Amino acid sequence: MSEISLTIDGEQVKVPEGTTVLSAARKLGIEIPTLCYHPDLTRHGACRVCEVEDVAHNRSLASCVTPVIEGMEISTRSRRARKARRRNVSLLLANHPNDCLGCDRSGTCELQEIAHDLSIRTREIEKYEGETRDITPDKTGPALKREPNKCILCGRCVRICEEVQGVSALQFSNRGFDSIVTTAFDLPQSEINCANCGQCATVCPVGAIVEKNEIYHVWQALEADDKHVVVQTAPSIQATLGEEFGMEPGTVVTGKMVTALRKLGFDRVFSTEFTADLTIMEEGYEFLARLEGNEKLPHITSCCPGWVKFAEHNYPDLLNHLSSAKSPQQMFSALAKSYYPDLTGIKPEKIYTVSIMPCTAKKFEKDRAGINGGPLKDTDAVLTTRELALMIKEIGIDLNHLPEDEYDELLGKSTGAGTIFGTTGGVTEAAVRTVKEKLTGEPLERLELGFVGVQDKEIEIGDRTIKVAIVSGLGNTGELLKDVREGTSEYDFIEVMACPHGCVGGGGQPLPVDKEKKDRRAEGLGSIDQAKTIRKSHENPMIKKVYEDYLEEPLSRRAHRLLHTEYRRRPKN
Amino acid sequence: MKDAVYRSHVLVCTGTGCSSAGADSLQVELEDQIAQHDLTDEIKVIETGCHGFCEKGPIVVVYPEGVFYCEVGKKDIAELVEEHLLKGRVLEDLLYREPVTEEQIPSYHDIDFYKKQQRIVLANCGKIDPENIDEYIANNGYEAAGIALTKMDPGEVISEVKNSGLRGRGGGGFPTGNKWEFAYNTKSDKKYIVCNADEGDPGAFMDRSILEGDPHRIIEGMLIGAYAIGADEGYIYIRAEYPLAIKRLEKALSQAREYGFLGSDIFGSGFDFELHIKKGAGAFVCGEETALMASIEGKRGMPSPRPPYPAQKGLWDKPTNINNVETFANIPYIIYKGAESFNSIGTENSTGTKVFALTGKIKNTGLLEVPMGTTLREVIFDIGGGLTGDNEFKAVQTGGPSGGCIPAGYLDLEIDYDSLLEVGSMMGSGGMVVMDEDTCMVDVARFFLDFTQSESCGKCTPCREGTKRMLEVLERICGGKGASGDIELLEELGNHIKDTSLCGLGQSAPNPILSTINYFREEYEAHIEDKYCPAGVCPELAGAYMIDEEGCVACGQCARACPVDAVSVQDNEIYVIDEDLCISCGACEEACPVDAVTQG
Repeated sequence: MSEISLTIDGEQVKVPEGTTVLSAARKLGIEIPTLCYHPDLTRHGACRVCEVEDVAHNRSLASCVTPVIEGMEISTRSRRARKARRRNVSLLLANHPNDCLGCDRSGTCELQEIAHDLSIRTREIEKYEGETRDITPDKTGPALKREPNKCILCGRCVRICEEVQGVSALQFSNRGFDSIVTTAFDLPQSEINCANCGQCATVCPVGAIVEKNEIYHVWQALEADDKHVVVQTAPSIQATLGEEFGMEPGTVVTGKMVTALRKLGFDRVFSTEFTADLTIMEEGYEFLARLEGNEKLPHITSCCPGWVKFAEHNYPDLLNHLSSAKSPQQMFSALAKSYYPDLTGIKPEKIYTVSIMPCTAKKFEKDRAGINGGPLKDTDAVLTTRELALMIKEIGIDLNHLPEDEYDELLGKSTGAGTIFGTTGGVTEAAVRTVKEKLTGEPLERLELGFVGVQDKEIEIGDRTIKVAIVSGLGNTGELLKDVREGTSEYDFIEVMACPHGCVGGGGQPLPVDKEKKDRRAEGLGSIDQAKTIRKSHENPMIKKVYEDYLEEPLSRRAHRLLHTEYRRRPKN
Repeated sequence: MKDAVYRSHVLVCTGTGCSSAGADSLQVELEDQIAQHDLTDEIKVIETGCHGFCEKGPIVVVYPEGVFYCEVGKKDIAELVEEHLLKGRVLEDLLYREPVTEEQIPSYHDIDFYKKQQRIVLANCGKIDPENIDEYIANNGYEAAGIALTKMDPGEVISEVKNSGLRGRGGGGFPTGNKWEFAYNTKSDKKYIVCNADEGDPGAFMDRSILEGDPHRIIEGMLIGAYAIGADEGYIYIRAEYPLAIKRLEKALSQAREYGFLGSDIFGSGFDFELHIKKGAGAFVCGEETALMASIEGKRGMPSPRPPYPAQKGLWDKPTNINNVETFANIPYIIYKGAESFNSIGTENSTGTKVFALTGKIKNTGLLEVPMGTTLREVIFDIGGGLTGDNEFKAVQTGGPSGGCIPAGYLDLEIDYDSLLEVGSMMGSGGMVVMDEDTCMVDVARFFLDFTQSESCGKCTPCREGTKRMLEVLERICGGKGASGDIELLEELGNHIKDTSLCGLGQSAPNPILSTINYFREEYEAHIEDKYCPAGVCPELAGAYMIDEEGCVACGQCARACPVDAVSVQDNEIYVIDEDLCISCGACEEACPVDAVTQG
């Protein structure tokens, strides 16, 4: 590919043909504000906040969508360019609530940051004062809240939902000033085919789509005298929470996080990794049974609630392929309100269970019909990584300066097999380790499964070859599931994670985010697995104990009641 | 069976204009009357497309004499058959009357409306039955396609079109031959050709009339284009609001397939081509080519940034060439008559002819085709017959809702792509709205912006938010709430929107405002500073009425007509209007028998 020469702010630069003006400028360290642009999505060119001037051709252009051409003389600083950016930002602000202080995204809002960086002043916004959008917020969703009045129509949510997730729950509607992003037929969030994956919330530059905040309820429980509040932390949180406190993506903060949770007042701090190991036991045995011919192959994982809901809407005919094992979150909570009271003598009604999740769909999962093992709600509250960080910040703690601490023992110990639940391929690897040892007594070498898209692998187990596929990002499931539907799938085991990169790329993780950051988080998480000594779920002494004490054996009657669930067909709208 | 030979042909215009004026019932009546006089074997009735002179519809032309009857009603048919068709006497009452001399003109070649026209695109419109492929073929139809496909290679076709100088008739005026060359040069296993018939400008009906009057010309133009760029599939994207055009196109497509002008191995050349109709849902923005392609693909009609251009990555990411209806309609002529014949018409940089839809305060509303370089004065006064009521000309708006308003000082401007741009307007697809002294230019600007604002796709910030803010300012000014600084704000926003919008809609939407500020700034100032609408259009700003003391005969009719009791009598002699109560409705003025009431 040929090289193109141009100047940007007087500096000569050569870049490959096809490079946009924006990336050429960034190469030179020149920052241009953007809103609709996102590195992981198609180019949109809508917000016009990245305007620069091409002096050679006497035109103003949107740098994020304009490829360089020979002889361009770009000025990012000319009066024309500067005014163009200011006016477009002011036009957006003139139709924006501007109640920044009370907004969920205050401090992480990209529009706020740009307005700050460009030092936009009130008089400039007032100049364009007029009618403003007036649409009732949609708070009906189980996990996500939409506030269309804050929307700046950058289309990042529309694009990620369509291009990456293949769900298309959100689209543009109406024309002109009345244009909005909405659901099909303006249906409420609670009635649409949304998987609750929250990818839209991770790319929304403003507070137009945010998770349903449960911080208030958690504080109430923590401050109630008669509540015994236990918290579980999902595997991926330890590799992402640090970002909220300025650390590099992928920094492992397990010990500091445990300390912070204790300081917040949680009575017991446990790791979801323990029940991730339990999920592997249950699911591993289930897979063994399928291999032995009792049920349909391929076996498809069900630990991701976004994927489960997606399947219920779009592949109801394949639900019998899904493992009936609950997700680690729900297994943990079920035990926390059954086995744990037996052990400690605390009444189940007094126990309040909180889970810290990378995920918005977990908020939906906790309230699924039939999800509870008994009469009580198994999971009382779900906080995302972002919500946990807000709570830690509220009590004035800087994670950087905390000493490290250990999880509580009883439900705390994990193997590292559970840890890699947090990246894609992790579930498969953990399950296959267990299955292989059960069948052959031989250990399994590291599968070295990556983090992106669709991958597959053949594994020799005794005289049998097991074919596994790992897919992350709902938009990547199409081909694989088409084969399953048509009965031509060559796979025995399929792992599906709704979010690209799995849980490290979850809808509840720190903002802003892109592919590169997710890679680094996954690397951080992978390093924990390497460091652990016990790496097979069935060798976890706590797992052995819980079966001996309480569950008897995988897939027992009690295990079925507490640790397994059912799925249902949902409409496709 | 041998075709019958008729001594007379009666052509009834069934374009949308004449149809809505009652032409549909004429044909039935004609056939009835002809049958009653036992002339069925001698006289044939033919439905044609638009003659262009819509103001005078319904139009009926009798051949071989070529007598042009206008404003024909159902009640006239019996007499027409008896007098003209039976006795051979021209029915003078139905002839066109020259407006000044009142002279009756029997042949339409002698009518001013037609005299200055040169018809290439509209050559067959009104002359042939658009639903009969044989009539098109009889007028050399599909000969150009035959020549192109059997005697020329694609490169020769493209260079012929390049040499003709033809520029896109849809708006931008990009050279058609170059556009074809780009699509030709992009290597791909699949290419598309698309005809943009999403004519959405208020008051424009050029494309509709061509499609209704001569659909095969478009099919032939597209066939030649497809051969030139190497496309084997095409789409005609047409508004669903054009049912007659769609019906005739569908008929034409099936006839073309039957005759082998579509399908495989056309003219035995080995070239295959299939053509589909895609109906649009009426979004104005779908006339923008990237939005149009999105719409064909079933997506929301929203423009995308270019590059990539359609010639590189178009419909379903394949190289695609898009031209508008009138552009394609010129192609058969260029190939059949040669580039030289075409480029000898018009001006140096704008060759050929242009079809305009002339509307507004004009006597001869209608569709006309003139060589490029014809002056505005010729179009408006010679062809258009001047303004209705012989009012004074104020401005003409060209180029659709995003065009600019051109004042009287430029009446002698020779119309072409570049000259229109120079005066702050544009060619657009060829709409021409004439305005007189009773037109308020601020109100006109508000009207057009209201249209473009509500038709904006809402994608980019300047167009979505900016045009709304401009509209609010204009509404404020028209409502008597304009403030100093408003004109400057309009200019700032207008230039900003032009400079930074994503597509042509936003880039041109401010034109009506910027051009009226440029040429009629004093009208804006009168609205803002004096709270006065000089044209008396803006209701909140129209002046109060006054009664002339000298003229008043104290009849009291004004007082009785006034709906708000603003008129009272003083000393039983004269009537006066209370300015504070007057709502400027004009009822008193209408009621006054001695013209003593005037507006202040």
